[in-house]
Amino acid sequence: MNHRSVFNMLGRILRLEAFLMLLPMIVALLYDEDSVMAFFAAICVAYVAGLVLKLLSGKKEDHMIFAREGLVTVAAAWVLLSAIGALPFYFSGEIPSYTDAFFETVSGFTTTGASILTDVEAMSHGLLFWRSFTHWIGGMGVIVLIMAIMPTSSGRSMHIMKAEMPGPIIGKLVPRVRDTAKILYLIYIVLTLVEIILLLAGDMDLFESVVHSFGTAGTGGFGVKSDSIGGYSAYSQWVITIFMLVFGVNFNLYFLILIGRIKSVLKSEELRAYILIVISAIVVVMIDVYHLFGNFSDALRYSSFQVASIITTTGYATTDFNLWPGTAKTVLLMLMFIGGCAGSTAGGIKVSRIFMMFKTIGNNLLKMLHPRAVTTVRFEGKPVDEATRRGVGEYVMLYFFIFAVFLLLISFEPFGFETNFSAISACINNVGPGFAAVGPAANYASYSVFSKYVLSFAMLLGRLELYPLLLALMPGTWLKKN
Amino acid sequence: MRIIVVGCGKIGAFIISSLVSEGHDVVAVDSNAGALSYVTNIYDVMGVCGSGADFDTLEEAGADKTELFVAVSGSDELNMLSCYIASKMGAQHTIARIRNPQYNDNGLSFMRQHLGLAMSINPELLAAHELFNILKLPSAIKIESFSRRNFEMIELVVKADSVLNGMRLSDMRGKFKAKFLVCAVTRGDKTYIPDGHFELKQGDKIGLAAAHLEIQKMLKEMKLLRKSAKNVMILGGSRTAYYLAKMLTGVGNSVKIIEKQENVCSELSDNLPKAVIIHGDGASQELLIEEGLHNVDAFVSLTGMDEENILMSIFASTHGVSKVIAKVNSDELASISEKVGVDCIISPKRIIADIIVRYARALQNSEGSNVEHLYKLMDGKAEALEFNVSSDSPIIGVPLKELNIKSGILIAGILRDRAPIIPTGDDMIFAGDRVVVMSSHQFLNDLSEIIDEEALANGHVRREEF
Repeated sequence: MNHRSVFNMLGRILRLEAFLMLLPMIVALLYDEDSVMAFFAAICVAYVAGLVLKLLSGKKEDHMIFAREGLVTVAAAWVLLSAIGALPFYFSGEIPSYTDAFFETVSGFTTTGASILTDVEAMSHGLLFWRSFTHWIGGMGVIVLIMAIMPTSSGRSMHIMKAEMPGPIIGKLVPRVRDTAKILYLIYIVLTLVEIILLLAGDMDLFESVVHSFGTAGTGGFGVKSDSIGGYSAYSQWVITIFMLVFGVNFNLYFLILIGRIKSVLKSEELRAYILIVISAIVVVMIDVYHLFGNFSDALRYSSFQVASIITTTGYATTDFNLWPGTAKTVLLMLMFIGGCAGSTAGGIKVSRIFMMFKTIGNNLLKMLHPRAVTTVRFEGKPVDEATRRGVGEYVMLYFFIFAVFLLLISFEPFGFETNFSAISACINNVGPGFAAVGPAANYASYSVFSKYVLSFAMLLGRLELYPLLLALMPGTWLKKN
Repeated sequence: MRIIVVGCGKIGAFIISSLVSEGHDVVAVDSNAGALSYVTNIYDVMGVCGSGADFDTLEEAGADKTELFVAVSGSDELNMLSCYIASKMGAQHTIARIRNPQYNDNGLSFMRQHLGLAMSINPELLAAHELFNILKLPSAIKIESFSRRNFEMIELVVKADSVLNGMRLSDMRGKFKAKFLVCAVTRGDKTYIPDGHFELKQGDKIGLAAAHLEIQKMLKEMKLLRKSAKNVMILGGSRTAYYLAKMLTGVGNSVKIIEKQENVCSELSDNLPKAVIIHGDGASQELLIEEGLHNVDAFVSLTGMDEENILMSIFASTHGVSKVIAKVNSDELASISEKVGVDCIISPKRIIADIIVRYARALQNSEGSNVEHLYKLMDGKAEALEFNVSSDSPIIGVPLKELNIKSGILIAGILRDRAPIIPTGDDMIFAGDRVVVMSSHQFLNDLSEIIDEEALANGHVRREEF
């Protein structure tokens, strides 16, 4: 384990965070709010911590990055980012408990959108902006951002990027990591800008458009109103519905569109599966909730918004879906686990993994019918090798195992099974709102301090796809002799 | 520059690493997912898994937009086919590794022309050439010719009993009559471009630049001149051994090849009527002594195993063979073997990578760089660059000692009207000259970049010591 290279990268990340916090500070300045000082203090802490880590990292020649350094760097980076990102909330006094501030920030960076705030509308603009901005940064990933803007000489930096990007198979768009990261962020920025402009055309002001676009782009779900998106016009709701779905698609596909290979985009099996799941879920939910709204257009709008919000693990709500009938809620719960496409900003298990799992199961059944059959699992037109297939199976196993452990850890809470089950589902899948006591109209404030840390950890595990954090927790990773 | 490399084996991976460190955008193609992921994990390249001769694979790799296409997979036929397809798709320059001796005879130029190949490379033949050159001048461990062989650089190791041991470079002018320049020194892991204060020590690997005709004179004065090897023993009947034996027997030297496999032996004996082929295990010390190890001038170990080559070379040098060369492909083993005294090492993959890097830089010439030729020296730790001096260059007509040349850079030679000049501080560069510049770490694109502008601004004048 090369501590120095980890320190070096962490130092860079914290200094970048200090820089990123300037933006909400400017917002706070514009609105002439007291939180400016809180931001200033947090920026100083982040920058000084970054410099200390840089000093600890020593000479440049020592910075070798192998797979495990990559994984550990990412895990440590996300924990540190959240710990320091929580400071503005804490310093300003708007979230008096540090635990709550940490939970809120983890929820932001991991693009979960689970909140402990009982009254969102009482928060100052600067802090609301920072809350949503963490979604935007966490969506595409802070490491990817580092790759895009800072020169690194080491080709091994792909190890770090792999650990942060979601999905079973991570490829590059262009030969260089740095150019790949730049292209991804460029697509991300352009799509966000388009959404801001479209929302401005509706009934949102500039601040609301920006904040909600950040929430959509990172598939996060923090809003500025107690009723989330419910109070905005049908137009705004449709814009957000469509953009949530857009940000749940693999960004590589947008690159393929840019270079004119639309045919291969249309052939993408993951995209087709994603669209199929979305449409069928909308149809089922709509049939189930039709009687609540009584007319076709409202039923379509509410059900497609909620389906899009849950499958992309955004977590915005236009209505309290906790009050919906059983079938609709069950479908939404299943969508939480499926999540968006690999290589998108969404959480969950990812469509591609589910897809490969089903194909593997189909193959196994075929082998039972014809024991001597030689079969190949294909994905996106290419054979999937044994290692990837096993990796997907083991990932899903581990996912549910960890799910069970976390469910047990918070089972002492007095809220009942539905609340706890949906809280863990919503956190580990980075959705945000669950059902019952943590439904869209409620929040996580009433959980104990211990459970809040457990849930924060679940969010980080879900965002980083389990392995980086688990590896960072193994003592063997940190021992020098290994 | 966009470059596609097909084949991620030992040679492919090394080429990729050299090209990436030169700053090119590289796409690696290999049908073996394991080899490919090894390369993409270590180097900043994009990997495309598939056959190098498959249209879809090449399309995904972007062969139509690539400037240089290099096929170095294990199969000659695959390399030729993928280069052909790539050049038809729009790749501008294609290079194929073609190593089968059958393809490397008279038909090669025909094939090259009709397959649209810019270059074909045969690592074994290139290695044999290099070995042949070293055997002609056994005092050196490596020889590189610049500017159509007018000007050469040889690398040698300073031994404990050498006159060079403990000598300051500034004293050399007075001591030796031959005109030469010490232009690079490797001590330990570091390579220096030395100035006049530098003192040579035992164990240093030095690069000497001199006119082709002066080399013999220089070595004689250093009491290092040894007769070219007439009687050579080669261990291992690889293709390199075949090419080398053919060259050596062609100039009348006697060659003995020891090879383990009987069918390889009989094939060699069919093709090399003048060489003696011995069927036996080259790792057996008794066999080597029986076959006259004590009487050979040179021992070249070319088996497929780096370790065996190193060990048998040590054995040969302890038995008094004056010139011992080992083929070592792995970089780690190469540095170890230098430490145990086997300092003359040949690495085919490095030879190939140097040629491809040189080709890529030459292609860049048309895009703004003025480097005419590039040579990698001292195991790639130093570079010699050849520039043409244009009439608007700022360094024309100024004595070299008045130029503020950056540290780590040395003007090693000037070629004027095809005659080489080993420069002193009083020499000047004129338009139309060719200049060979040594550089240890900077990447130079233009001759004017050798001037240290900061030092100029500070009024500091550093003198050339030679």
